[in-house]
Amino acid sequence: MIPTLLAIQGGLAGMFDQPFMQNALVAGTCIAAASGLVGYFLVLRSQVFTADALSHVAFTGALAALAFGVDLRLGLFVATVGVGLFMGTLEPRGRADDVVVGSVFAWVLGLGALFLTIYTTTRSTGNGTAGVNVLFGSIFGLSRSQAWTAAAVAVGIVVVVCIVARPLLFSSIDVDVAAARGVPVRLIGFVFLGVVGACAAEATQAVGALLLLGLLAAPAGAAHRLTGRPVVAMVLASALAVGEMWAGLALSYWAPSIPPSFAILAVATGVFLGVLVVTQVRGREKAKSPVAQFEAARR
Amino acid sequence: MVLASAASPPLTGNLVEDVRQLFVYPFMVNAFRAGTIVAVLAGVIGWFMVLRKQSFAGHTLAVVGFPGAAGATLLGISALYGYFAFCVAAAVGIALLPSARGRGFSEENAITGTIGVFFLACGFLFISLYKGFLEGVNSLLFGSFLGITNQQVVVLAVVAVVGLVAMALIGRPLLFASIDGDVAQARGVPVRALGVAFLILLGMAAAEASQITGSLLVFALLVMPAATAQRITTRPAYSLTLTVVIGLVVTWLGLAAAYYSPYPIGFWVTSFAFAAYVLSHLAGAALVRQRASMVGPSPGRPDLRAGVDR
Repeated sequence: MIPTLLAIQGGLAGMFDQPFMQNALVAGTCIAAASGLVGYFLVLRSQVFTADALSHVAFTGALAALAFGVDLRLGLFVATVGVGLFMGTLEPRGRADDVVVGSVFAWVLGLGALFLTIYTTTRSTGNGTAGVNVLFGSIFGLSRSQAWTAAAVAVGIVVVVCIVARPLLFSSIDVDVAAARGVPVRLIGFVFLGVVGACAAEATQAVGALLLLGLLAAPAGAAHRLTGRPVVAMVLASALAVGEMWAGLALSYWAPSIPPSFAILAVATGVFLGVLVVTQVRGREKAKSPVAQFEAARR
Repeated sequence: MVLASAASPPLTGNLVEDVRQLFVYPFMVNAFRAGTIVAVLAGVIGWFMVLRKQSFAGHTLAVVGFPGAAGATLLGISALYGYFAFCVAAAVGIALLPSARGRGFSEENAITGTIGVFFLACGFLFISLYKGFLEGVNSLLFGSFLGITNQQVVVLAVVAVVGLVAMALIGRPLLFASIDGDVAQARGVPVRALGVAFLILLGMAAAEASQITGSLLVFALLVMPAATAQRITTRPAYSLTLTVVIGLVVTWLGLAAAYYSPYPIGFWVTSFAFAAYVLSHLAGAALVRQRASMVGPSPGRPDLRAGVDR
């Protein structure tokens, strides 16, 4: 045990001296905190698949920006926030048909594949791995300025969510009562989807467009399982996401053949599944306990 | 390098000559053979899938196929076998899992989403471990028509024949069970067994479609032709035939366009299939409007929702 720990410690020595690791930690910490917080509300509002839809849009937006020769992040944010707000306007009419939603976003993704080819074949600066970086992230490739920008935007997202947290929570738990109490339910839902769009763009920079759903859903799902108290769950979701981000980055630094986005997602999935199993077992034990059996018998 | 120079030859404008040109290279002939086989199987199974509202199951199965294909490449075998192994295994897994009832609907979404993403991340890990393959990830995700061997065509054909025979055997009871599960069950149709069998067939179809459109774009061959056909006609035999025809036309057009342009096949196939889908919606809406104007405003049906929204 001790030799392995020492070996791990040796492997991680100098981790904080590497500039690429410092950038990744700065950006990753803030992005994870924002993703956990936003994810909590996504799970609460049953809007997890909004993030799935936005991941397709994030890919196409980023590649379109590259194909037209502008900053990747511009295309990313315009596409995700724009589509997020657009989905916000559709909201009250209820959920669209799976077939319609799936077809539209499959086509959007096909369009992304087109932009990818245009970018790699026409731009002389184009590199073949651009598509892979957008799809699966390249958090170790962030420059100092990119990392600080990403961190600043993530802090902005957290601040906005904290400002609307109370009415957002109220309208997520009971729309009708909230509306009756004068909470601007539609406006809040609209603002929230815009924030989800921005958060999707942020998460794309960390773990990539295809994997952002995991960063949003896994810590939040675990937090929902662990506690029913909203404020505790919000903090817990963020803390879990940050912890998973750190563990993933350290794992990937320690074993360089493991890409960071896989490491982050593997830790996040492991934690979520672990929490599911533990709470399931504990729930079953509780049901077996004498008190519970007595209460069940009385009913 | 032969492939690279053959990737976008000039169009002559003479249709006969252009079509002949398509079949000059053996790899293109194999691409058309494979595309035709896949379009038929994906069309037939996709038609039932759309009817049963399982389109996201098909999507999930295809996503799970991606690490399979990447892992197969890592092991040095054809991606096709990876697709089959993982898609069919995932279908069995989904079929065996007890449906998580009782728990919140949104938690189930979080679990499904996380597991799907984890499989994608595994695919990315395999690709990263296989050095120098980062370019190949695009063809696994967005499709490719290059380098399909004779042997792969045979495998695709055998699987398609097995799938179609199985569909022919269970088609009628499956249709019954899909349209009204409760009545079918009461009549003694083994609804649950049919569902499991269909999921496995769906895994086979998703694996075949992934070969042409890539893991992420299987909707183009599995869902869109069927959704288009079911929009045009509601009679099962007609719309099933129409689905296969649309699938074939979309695939052939996509292959030809990808051959004559530098753009990827996944883009073309999704675009043609989506165009057909949008056209059927527009045509359907126009038809409804025309009928409405011929008959005049229907009396005696007040719009109950009109007042509610305000």
